[in-house]
Amino acid sequence: MSGYLANWRAENDAARVWKGGYRRYDLLKEVTIAIGVVLGLVVLLSVLFSSPDERPSTIAQWSRQMPLDFASTAVAELDGTSGLATYGPPYNHNAEGQIEWFIKLQKWFGVSHPINTAADYVLDPLAAIPGRPDLTRAISTYRAAPAKRRLAWASAYANALAATKPAPRVVRGHIVLAPGGYGPVATLMNSLLALAQSGGLDGALLTSRQFFQTDYTKPLLFLADGSQLDDRAHAEHLLGEQWGMMNETGSYPGQVWLWLYTFWYQIAPFNSSDNSDVLVMTVMSVLSLLFVMVPFLPIVRDIPRWVPIHRLIWRDHYRSAAGAE
Amino acid sequence: MLGVVVNLNHPAHFVHWGFFQMSISNLIAIIVMLVVFAAAILLPFPGHRRRGGAS
Amino acid sequence: MSAAAAGGPPAAEPAMKPTWTGRLRAAALHRWPPERLLPDVQPTYVASWIYVFGALSLASLVVTVLSGSVLALKGPGWWHFTSVGHFINSTHMWAVELFFFFMVIHLWGKYWMAAWRGGRARVWMSGAVTFLVAIPCALTGYVSQQNFDAQWISTQAKDAFNSVGIGAFFNLTNFGQMYSYHVLLLPVAVLGLVGAHVLLVRRHGVVPPLERGRVIGS
Repeated sequence: MSGYLANWRAENDAARVWKGGYRRYDLLKEVTIAIGVVLGLVVLLSVLFSSPDERPSTIAQWSRQMPLDFASTAVAELDGTSGLATYGPPYNHNAEGQIEWFIKLQKWFGVSHPINTAADYVLDPLAAIPGRPDLTRAISTYRAAPAKRRLAWASAYANALAATKPAPRVVRGHIVLAPGGYGPVATLMNSLLALAQSGGLDGALLTSRQFFQTDYTKPLLFLADGSQLDDRAHAEHLLGEQWGMMNETGSYPGQVWLWLYTFWYQIAPFNSSDNSDVLVMTVMSVLSLLFVMVPFLPIVRDIPRWVPIHRLIWRDHYRSAAGAE
Repeated sequence: MLGVVVNLNHPAHFVHWGFFQMSISNLIAIIVMLVVFAAAILLPFPGHRRRGGAS
Repeated sequence: MSAAAAGGPPAAEPAMKPTWTGRLRAAALHRWPPERLLPDVQPTYVASWIYVFGALSLASLVVTVLSGSVLALKGPGWWHFTSVGHFINSTHMWAVELFFFFMVIHLWGKYWMAAWRGGRARVWMSGAVTFLVAIPCALTGYVSQQNFDAQWISTQAKDAFNSVGIGAFFNLTNFGQMYSYHVLLLPVAVLGLVGAHVLLVRRHGVVPPLERGRVIGS
């Protein structure tokens, strides 16, 4: 061990200062040429290939193209069973979030972007619609009912949406289900569908706090709870299990440098764990730290000496030095 | 779009090896990186035979 | 020619109490004398094409910042509606691809040269941290595109950040916040790190070749 450390120290001391020859070199010229080369390459690539720009999905599009998926997502937000409603921090307290051993970072950092899915996505946007006494009555009835009754209505509606016999139908923008005990939920969902299809829900969700907005959290998370974004992502090979983190839309090169990050999600135990994200973040944090600390890691710092790629890089120096001896 | 010679706005082709999959464009990027690295260390550097400066 | 002889102010007399400014100047000049900061010679062993990839990485960063500045001048929506805007966006995207391309080759070269030797550990470390900070810088760019890609990346990547609590104050679905990080905060961090990295290289010089038991340069 002390021999290894002594060699390490000697190697460092020997490499501190170059006492050999120098030759003429123009630093500014090299950087200028490099900028010129890169500028040329960038312009060439841009002219040849351009860049991708696939239009974003909107809630209006989603509700028009996939009205049943929209409604089943909306009813899940209403009864608190959606992915977002059961997410936990930073959106709500309905779950603890991901855990690693005793460490619950997701929970400890708290609810900083509170979203009440029933109010924010269904009841409040509907309550703002004027001139609809039937809708006002439906909202009051829903709000006044005990929790168990509300859940029963919503579950019945969700089950009817998922049924195959009889399958739900959409008739002139209206969802038609088999008769059932849906309470006011059917009115709520059909009204929300109409609002969404008119484009009003996109705007209502964005500007719920104030007129000027740059925070798309609410409409984005609602879209993400449905299947619209997922279906588009699947077609573009952007899903996690498709190594999607590395990919770009279309046939463009993507983020190749994320290869190791996405790799962990493809293998056990990460690919089947509820805590996959925190586990992968932990692994990658440790590896990143090791990457920064390479100069101090035995074996890793010695491999370049054992694998003689450096003999190719400095072959002229070694030849000159051998000649001079 | 200004001056698109090669339209890449179509679904990508992918290569599959077991559980691993990668788009052709990403694969090309990696291969080009390896080729350029190999070329950088193998190709002779101009003026390398001159012994410049004090030795 | 001294500053005083050239018509500039004289340096403080040695008998006076040292000033912060004077101390900083002395420390900087000691570490980076002009001929080391802007050299016009280099060691004879610097004779391989692998050495140009640091400059190419820097050049790619320059082009990324320039193209990004044009996009910032016109605002985040511009590139969706005009051909010129789309072209500038393309140059920004390809400059970023080249930045990572050249940076990784530069990293490979420096690893196989064991370029951390001789007191150059901080050179390696600052370079590694630059790479690690460039990744969230790119990520904030991807989620600022205001298109489908941005929608997908923000709603997916948020899970990773939420899982470690960072999502509580770094909200990928908040376009305004992400745009601010992308246009100002993270580029400043990357440029600061690259600046430190380059200054450290200038201070310590390019690492000499690996030798087998021989004193280098004799």
